[in-house]
Amino acid sequence: MTATAIDTLSGAQSASIDRAAALKRLRLPDSLFRNLTLFSALVVLLLLAGVAVALFIGSWPAFSTFGLNFFISDRWSPPKQIFGGEAAIVGTLITSAIAMVIGVPVGLGIAVFLTELCPTPLRRPIGIAIELLAGIPSIIYGIWGVYYLRPVMQAYIQPFLINTIGDVPLIGALFQGPPLGYGVFTAGLVLAVMILPFVTAISRDVFDTVPSVLKEAAYGVGATTFEVVGNIVIPYTRVGVIGGVMLALGRALGETMAVTFVIGNASHISASILAQGTTISAMIANQFADADPGLFTSSLMALGFILFIITFIVLAAARWMLAELELKA
Amino acid sequence: MFLRSLISAAIGATLVASTVTIASAGDISGAGATFPFPIYAKWADAYKNATGNGLNYQSIGSGAGIKQIEAKTVTFGATDAPLTPEQLDKAGLAQWPMVMGGIVPVLNLEGVKAGDVVIDGPTLAKIYLGTITKWNDPALKALNSKVNLPDLAIAVIHRADGSGTTFNFTNYLDKVSPDWKAKVGEATSVEWPTGIGAKGNDGVANNVATTKGAIGYVEYAYAKQNKLTYADMINQAGKTVAPTIEAFQAAAANADWSKAPGFYLILSDQPGENSWPMTAATFILMYKKPVDITQSNEALQFFAYCYDKGADQATALDYIPMPANVVDMVKKMWASDIIQK
Amino acid sequence: MANLYPGRRRRNVIWTGLAYAATAFGLAWLALILGALLWQGFGGLSLDVFTKVTAPAGMVGGLLNSIVGSVIVTVIGLAIGAPLGILAGTYLAEYGRYTKLATVVRFINDILLSAPSIVVGLFIYQLLVVPAGHFSALAGAVALAVIGAPIMVRTTEDMLNLVPNPLREAASALGMPRSFVIRRVAYRAVRSGIVTGILLAVARMTGETAPLIFTALGNSLFEVDPTQPMSSLPLIIYEFARSPYAEQQKLAWTGALLLTLTVLGLSILARALSAQRGANQS
Repeated sequence: MTATAIDTLSGAQSASIDRAAALKRLRLPDSLFRNLTLFSALVVLLLLAGVAVALFIGSWPAFSTFGLNFFISDRWSPPKQIFGGEAAIVGTLITSAIAMVIGVPVGLGIAVFLTELCPTPLRRPIGIAIELLAGIPSIIYGIWGVYYLRPVMQAYIQPFLINTIGDVPLIGALFQGPPLGYGVFTAGLVLAVMILPFVTAISRDVFDTVPSVLKEAAYGVGATTFEVVGNIVIPYTRVGVIGGVMLALGRALGETMAVTFVIGNASHISASILAQGTTISAMIANQFADADPGLFTSSLMALGFILFIITFIVLAAARWMLAELELKA
Repeated sequence: MFLRSLISAAIGATLVASTVTIASAGDISGAGATFPFPIYAKWADAYKNATGNGLNYQSIGSGAGIKQIEAKTVTFGATDAPLTPEQLDKAGLAQWPMVMGGIVPVLNLEGVKAGDVVIDGPTLAKIYLGTITKWNDPALKALNSKVNLPDLAIAVIHRADGSGTTFNFTNYLDKVSPDWKAKVGEATSVEWPTGIGAKGNDGVANNVATTKGAIGYVEYAYAKQNKLTYADMINQAGKTVAPTIEAFQAAAANADWSKAPGFYLILSDQPGENSWPMTAATFILMYKKPVDITQSNEALQFFAYCYDKGADQATALDYIPMPANVVDMVKKMWASDIIQK
Repeated sequence: MANLYPGRRRRNVIWTGLAYAATAFGLAWLALILGALLWQGFGGLSLDVFTKVTAPAGMVGGLLNSIVGSVIVTVIGLAIGAPLGILAGTYLAEYGRYTKLATVVRFINDILLSAPSIVVGLFIYQLLVVPAGHFSALAGAVALAVIGAPIMVRTTEDMLNLVPNPLREAASALGMPRSFVIRRVAYRAVRSGIVTGILLAVARMTGETAPLIFTALGNSLFEVDPTQPMSSLPLIIYEFARSPYAEQQKLAWTGALLLTLTVLGLSILARALSAQRGANQS
């Protein structure tokens, strides 16, 4: 017995020596892996910082030459070297606003349909179909918009709008102008179709977090579907829905391809949303290749920087709201 | 797993494609004007068949072409807006005209065929200034008594990118309309008072073809190849001319290249009974001290081929090849100014 | 008390009707767009599309260089972005799960996830194209990597967070160093989830146009050298869609169809994988 005990002891000892040696050998790859992951995480940080810094440095000449006037002037003259970003900035905001006004109610409506009204066997196929819409590359929306939507806008929708709403005082000023099909409204419409799947997807996920007991309780006392959605689901998920909407807004603000084909690329804005306009991304996409280094390139960089800041603020707000919802759930 | 299949798909595709001609070191890279792109493409094809060397020409507009050659990202830049001798010296670039062509107004009106409508310079300027907004405007009606111009809004199409075609177009408008000169001026990229911006000669042609009531300006080959409805114009001599190769040649005959340092010459609004008012030459820019001498020589060989053997293809597309004396001047300039060894 | 029920029922009918209408509206757009794609793109499909290079107007051409270019740029972009994304996601879920740094990185990653892609293109232009003096597929690939990596960071982190801690603890108790725990146990458990993330990232990267405009530029010749400008499907669609020549427009639609089918195929594959994983787990 003593022999086996001694054997076991020495066996255990040699095993622990092997183990120590093995662990020592593995220490380097182990810390290497850890440092690699840490490094990758830092690269993500650096990327965003890099984008912000590179854009800012590139745009400094424009900001220092034009100052705050850059934001309110809509002159854009390469030969005279006078640049003002107002047309692009306002165009970006207006097209995104139109996209929101049309896309958000539709997206929410679809989400409500999918969670409350849809018969269960249809739920998955329709949900998948809507998500497929989200996956379509934006350039497809662009060429579809210019070849299919624009002629329809020119021939039917815009004349209709001009003749009906165009005569209404006040709002009518928004719907003036020759119907050409190209314009801020058409671009906003294409953007709306682009972002509605995002709104639907996030809203649906958010609606699903509502505890069924709450809904069942409401149904149980005789509430209609509309009342359940309006009084239970939406108030419960309000913050999450807004977060999803702002995420979609962030997407709409930065879109290039869907917009540049149909917006008309005019360097001035008019009051009418049926008129041509431009957005920051469309302007950069069209003119960056020709911009001579100097004020022209710097002004485009400045526009890019402004776009970056706007989307950063919107996305940060969206994330904060969605995080609040995560905490709740 | 998926990565592996992606990589093997890529390798497979590359193997398949190796049976296709692969871009070789002899390939030339150029970028710039959309104005001459149809003829450059034809020439490149012929050159490739003859020598096996290909040309990667990115038709991104004169403004971008100038920018790319200045950034040294391509072997040659192509532009219809020539650089002035001062600009050439500053950048160390050599410039020469490759071919000439005409810019024509194109329009989209139902029932109107090519050559039916007549426009003159001042009216064209007013349309682009936005003071004439409908097709049945009295000014247009006065020029076109035989055509039934409809009560339709004019969709003005212009360039959204930096364009040598725009430069020549606005240069012409400057000459015929003091109003235009005061308000807008001439450049590759101007502050357009009105209208829709399209990218490239091709983009303008596309927009005009698909938009009712549109008017635009394109290089003639684009109008011809796409059967667009062009308009006749009234030239400096007061005569109505159609955009034909004879009209372009009549305008080009006035050009005296020997008196133009750096070959800087604008052919708009030329005198002569048969001259087309918006004729233009298109230029090539290359470095006198090239970054890559082999590439540079390759490009020069290509251009020599185009001069020597490309005349027929040019005239088939209604471009005008450079006259022989100009070709001699250019070749002499290559030998003296561009380092080839 | 007045009978409220008819009013409530009416309101319910109106609003649920609107919800139905919204769904019909959304599905109608999808049908219109996919219908247009199939209608226009199918007509242009032929062997030439896959065997011939893009040609100028008037000559018979195809999309070979664009397809190959897309594959090359995406593969290189994946090779750069996938390790970066997966490793960063690993840090967020494993080593740094409760650290302040992880919170900041998570925040930044979400911003990058939805950042305007044209801004990314501008950044890479300043970083890689200007100093190098020429456009290159490599620069395009890096731009795509910057767009695809955040997706993989997010998916990897979400997946790793699902691995139950007892699994990790058991491995550690056996004496495994942390990195082995992650690599041998955690990764293996969420393998299909990480692949799903990669597929989604590839789907996103394949469809992007704006970042490639200033980086890869485009090439009318067949090119496989990543240090040269290279064509890709989104770029050629952008170019041909603006062209007035009918045969080029047709190729634009065919390219658009190919692109959409690829992206949708990848998304469906990703879904199938995650559904399978769900089935396996339950």
